Amino acid sequence: MTAVDGLDLEVFTGECFGLLGPNGAGKTTTVEILEGLTPSNAGTVELLGQHWTNGDDRALRERIGVQLQETQLAEKVTVAETVRLFRSFYQRGHNVDEVIRTVALEEKRNARVGKLSGGQKQRLAVACALVSDPELLFLDEPTTGLDPQARLSLWDIVERFRAGGGTILLTTHYMEEATRLCDRVAIMDHGKVIALGTPAELIESLGADQIIEFSVTQELAEDPLQQLPAVNHLHKRDEVYALTVSEIAVALPALLAEIKRQHSELVTLTTHQATLEDVFVSLTGRMLRDG
Amino acid sequence: MDEAKQTLIHEAKDWRGSDKPQSLHPLVELTATRVREFLREREAVFWVFVFPVLMTFALGIAFRNTAPDKTLVAIEGTASDAKVSATANMLSRSPDITATVLSPNDAAQALRSGKVSIVVRPENDTFAYRFDPTRPESRTARLLVDDVLQRGKGRADVVNAGEEKVTEPGARYVDFLVPGLIGMNLMGSGLWGLGFTVVIARSRKILKRFAATPMRRSHYLLSFMLSRLVFLVLEVAAVIVFAWLVFGFTVRGSWLSVALMTMLGGFTFSGIGLLVAARPTTIEGVSGLMNFIMLPMWLLSGTFFSSERFPHILQPFIQALPLTALNNALRALMNEGASLSSNWVPIAILLAWCVASFVVALKIFRWQ
Repeated sequence: MTAVDGLDLEVFTGECFGLLGPNGAGKTTTVEILEGLTPSNAGTVELLGQHWTNGDDRALRERIGVQLQETQLAEKVTVAETVRLFRSFYQRGHNVDEVIRTVALEEKRNARVGKLSGGQKQRLAVACALVSDPELLFLDEPTTGLDPQARLSLWDIVERFRAGGGTILLTTHYMEEATRLCDRVAIMDHGKVIALGTPAELIESLGADQIIEFSVTQELAEDPLQQLPAVNHLHKRDEVYALTVSEIAVALPALLAEIKRQHSELVTLTTHQATLEDVFVSLTGRMLRDG
Repeated sequence: MDEAKQTLIHEAKDWRGSDKPQSLHPLVELTATRVREFLREREAVFWVFVFPVLMTFALGIAFRNTAPDKTLVAIEGTASDAKVSATANMLSRSPDITATVLSPNDAAQALRSGKVSIVVRPENDTFAYRFDPTRPESRTARLLVDDVLQRGKGRADVVNAGEEKVTEPGARYVDFLVPGLIGMNLMGSGLWGLGFTVVIARSRKILKRFAATPMRRSHYLLSFMLSRLVFLVLEVAAVIVFAWLVFGFTVRGSWLSVALMTMLGGFTFSGIGLLVAARPTTIEGVSGLMNFIMLPMWLLSGTFFSSERFPHILQPFIQALPLTALNNALRALMNEGASLSSNWVPIAILLAWCVASFVVALKIFRWQ
């Protein structure tokens, strides 16, 4: 089975690079190939000027920090003991207490991992990745399943690492996360990269900055809608129409007139700034969270 | 905004900057984690330390050596019969016999159900014995009853033999049992302790996470050996000390050779545990494998009774099992005071198992 195919990516030193895509897009496989955990059938990976050799990769492992999506750390061990253990694997790195402070777990220092909340467990996982003071940090869906508060505090940690000069490769299926944290984003779907650029560039590529979403009582003929002024793209998903528009002030009155002309009536109407989610929808016809 | 960003960078530099040397050795930390995880798992502590002690106690009490029970004899007939009462009178002179007068039917029933070992039917000037010659206690009862009755009728001893009563230390059931329980316990804690911990770590992706660090894989596996060594001392000592306090159990061989032997046993079963845990990704999978490996040894390796009792044809297989080798060696050292060198056969068997299972386990071990 091929999970990932024909990927050509370059992550620059000091940037935060995001792999954005729905579940099953091949993000984790990509990251694990880069981390040297999953061998790839073809292609090369170059990390910090080195290659995985299958043999003695300890020197390279000293320089990277890894958080895996599925790891559940041992529950009977305390936060400090866990960080200490990971610290002991590395020649150099941070002081255990410093790292615990960095991820704001001082109060939970002597609590067992099993007693931590989801957000605290995730911060501990990041602490274990940071404890070696890595040059390159891999984060695989670091905030999946976390509440907004926990997500913000994790973003804060990532931003501080980035500000300190670290390089980050992050996977996520949250567009807000990619927009906020990443300098550049690769959008993945079905094992392939379907778009690559800065979040702003990708959104700009829609040729629009506003999205109008609406639903109506009676189905509309789609051709006339696409002909409306300032409309770049029409996309219909279930009962909801989505128009990608460049000038909302021009497009909106024309749309209302057109609905009336087709003897239909509005049920709902919302507008928003275009996001990476809309980029994904316009490229694949699906929502990110559809999986 | 700019100012905020400046502060952020400044703070970030602060915690990145320090590089205090910390003397943490991965082997020490891994072993400490093993020990902590085990001690914080109450159930595991119970099964490894408390259960064997309870088992020693229960079995030691159930099979303790007491004064031999009296031989139970039925006299067929009615108490008013002169022959019967004379027989009862003669038998009651022996301190080792309890005789009851029963009707023929009741006597037959008592013999069948094992309530008496022999039935005596007094006849004119003689006796008839009814007993089952395949039952050892019945054969003994026949000899004893006949002896008492013959003397009662006037037979005199030809010579007066002297008697010297001894209890051989190391010959009681509890003495046989303790080394066997220690062996069985070493097998259980080696297999469960290693097998479960490794498979849980694999299923929770902790092994994969470790594989992403520069941790030496040999350190990970060695930490199991070291933590086993820590618990081995405690777990063997718990049983020996208990058996010594309650049953007066003594180790006749040298403590050093017993220590070396239990260590070899512990490492061998750790190796087998590692082998069992080398591949499975689920607890169910590893449990099945462990039962498959341990069940024959529970049955055959002579923990509760001597493995010599099994048919001759099975012996080569039984003797090659690691638990049989360990039990035999421990018994020789503890009960007979034998030396290590005289136990080179079981030691060689254990070493072979130990080395082979480690080598294969390391070869096929999966980190994810």
